[in-house]
Amino acid sequence: MNLRLTLSLAMASLWYRRRVLALVTLTLTLSITLLLGVQYLRTEVKQSFTNTISGTDLIVGARSGQLNLLLYTVFHIGDATNNIRWSTYEKLQEDERIGWLVPISLGDSYRGHRVVGTSEQFPEHFRYGRDQQPELAEGEWFADVFDVVLGAEVALTHAHQTGDRVTLSHGGGKTSFSNHKDTPFTVTGILAPTGTPVDQAVYVSLEGLEAIHIGWESGVAIPGRTVTPEEARQRDLTPDAITAAFVGIDRKVLTFQVQRQINESQLEPLSAILPGVALSELWRIMGQFEKALLGITGFVVVTSLIGLVAVLLTLQAQRRQEVAILRATGASPALISALHVIECVLLAIAACGLAILAGAAGIAALSPWLLDTWGVQVGLRPLNATEWSIIASVPLAALLVGLIPALQAWRGSRKQGLGHVAPE
Amino acid sequence: MPDMTGKTDLHKESSVTPESSVTPRQTLRISELTFRWDRTQPGIRYPDVALNSGEHLFLQGPSGSGKSTLLSLLGGLIVPDSGRLELLGTDLAGLTSGQRDRFRADHMGVIFQQFNLVPYLSTLNNVTLPCQLSQKRRARALSSPEAEAKSLLTALGIPQNHWHRRVTTLSVGQQQRVAAARALTGAPELILADEPTSALDSDNRDRFIELLLGLAAEKHSSVVFVSHDSSLAQRFNHQLALEVTP
Repeated sequence: MNLRLTLSLAMASLWYRRRVLALVTLTLTLSITLLLGVQYLRTEVKQSFTNTISGTDLIVGARSGQLNLLLYTVFHIGDATNNIRWSTYEKLQEDERIGWLVPISLGDSYRGHRVVGTSEQFPEHFRYGRDQQPELAEGEWFADVFDVVLGAEVALTHAHQTGDRVTLSHGGGKTSFSNHKDTPFTVTGILAPTGTPVDQAVYVSLEGLEAIHIGWESGVAIPGRTVTPEEARQRDLTPDAITAAFVGIDRKVLTFQVQRQINESQLEPLSAILPGVALSELWRIMGQFEKALLGITGFVVVTSLIGLVAVLLTLQAQRRQEVAILRATGASPALISALHVIECVLLAIAACGLAILAGAAGIAALSPWLLDTWGVQVGLRPLNATEWSIIASVPLAALLVGLIPALQAWRGSRKQGLGHVAPE
Repeated sequence: MPDMTGKTDLHKESSVTPESSVTPRQTLRISELTFRWDRTQPGIRYPDVALNSGEHLFLQGPSGSGKSTLLSLLGGLIVPDSGRLELLGTDLAGLTSGQRDRFRADHMGVIFQQFNLVPYLSTLNNVTLPCQLSQKRRARALSSPEAEAKSLLTALGIPQNHWHRRVTTLSVGQQQRVAAARALTGAPELILADEPTSALDSDNRDRFIELLLGLAAEKHSSVVFVSHDSSLAQRFNHQLALEVTP
């Protein structure tokens, strides 16, 4: 059997039937893109998750589940159930086992981005990825009450530079009707991209947050009780409460001891969580979901392949004359059936190629949205071995299902007479 | 058991060759050949035929008389129930189906009534197809399969601007001539033509037969030509008429 001839015949035949086959190839392409995309995102999201926070030994917040605490402090998703009193925070600072504390105060937003009230401890101790420090791309960290530092994406989205004046909004959400418009902030620094939720956040001092909420104790600005920035500076801006705190322990062996003591604290109901444990629990929950998703998309690919075979079987009826010519010219039934298998595999390879391109384009297009909405950093990278084997399995599966039309063609062409189809 | 009632007779005496003098020069030899498609249908018994190299046979008969079946037998796509069928001194029944395919690729060219060409190949690629399927045909071609195809297409009057076009753009007459070029390429010993002129008008038909027989003579190929049209018969050395089995 002449492989080169068979291959060139198969290519010419596919090209001749391209209009009919384009649609099934598209179906197959989409399903492979989906499968590949799910697998790719699995890897990327997991990587992105584990990169979100590092170096922090405990996260302390009001009593709640560890996932909730992790989500609102690290991922800026959801809200705190309660606050921690400032006095409690001060007590924690006195604890000798605790090396450092980064206060976190949430609740406000800037055009849909979370405002994080913190201290100069944040750039000092917060780490992400492999012990990486958030660095400023421009300007410097806040020094004044009304200074603000923007995450990389925030600055990029709203085209901010240092020196710009911004107005924060009360509460979360993209559009807020209560803005702290009497107390605008000045951008003093812009962070370099980190690929973590830090890029999506806005950092101000705890004092700044306190200042803009004077007269807002009931949740809305009460006329006459709000103050101008100048008046605010005169006041004592020590906060009453914060949302949570990142904790660093000097001697790591004491981590569990400190955690237990905080959880059993008599000051107020507190929760201390280990970020690594919470991250892996979060991942375990997500993991079940993404495994199911991978399974489903696998079935979608199988369905598309069956659709492809159905179309090839339908086309076979139109190919009797062509088979008769090839047989009469001396082609063996093996060549005829190989033609069918090769066509099926070629289509699958074409669909895989298109799926890689579509997947790359899709990830390039979706990654800003994923980072924006889910705080997940998904970048383009070369495919890994698992992804390549998933891609390779598609032409292999096509080879298997292609045997169905091939076998039928083989049987048909054995009964083939010269120039006519033998009676059944 | 069905008896061999397939009644056939020779209109004109063909060259009767004694059984013993089988030489490689003999292209085709049929003796006491019978075939039936299935048990419910009556069998066909074919008259004995012998065809020397370069001689042509005109095969005539109404529908159902077994003309196409004979061509399938000659092509080795089916095997006879009994009797002998020798091509170029080889008994086809003694070959496996794969060997018969090989034999057909190496030694036979085929022309059908219509739809002779692979729709997704160009004119030129349709003509070179036999050379791609058979080393022997390629070896017998001129300098290259393409050169052979071009020379045949020129001889058969297919304009050069049609050579690289898809065959579906050709007229029926042109398609039949391209089919003839494909059958002739690589100078096969035997050309099987199954009513190749039935879709052509009389001018085209006469021109087609003239070209086919002329080029076949050039290549020393024998032509077995099936047709309803008895007016064509006198152009062939041998004629054979089949009748419908009662």
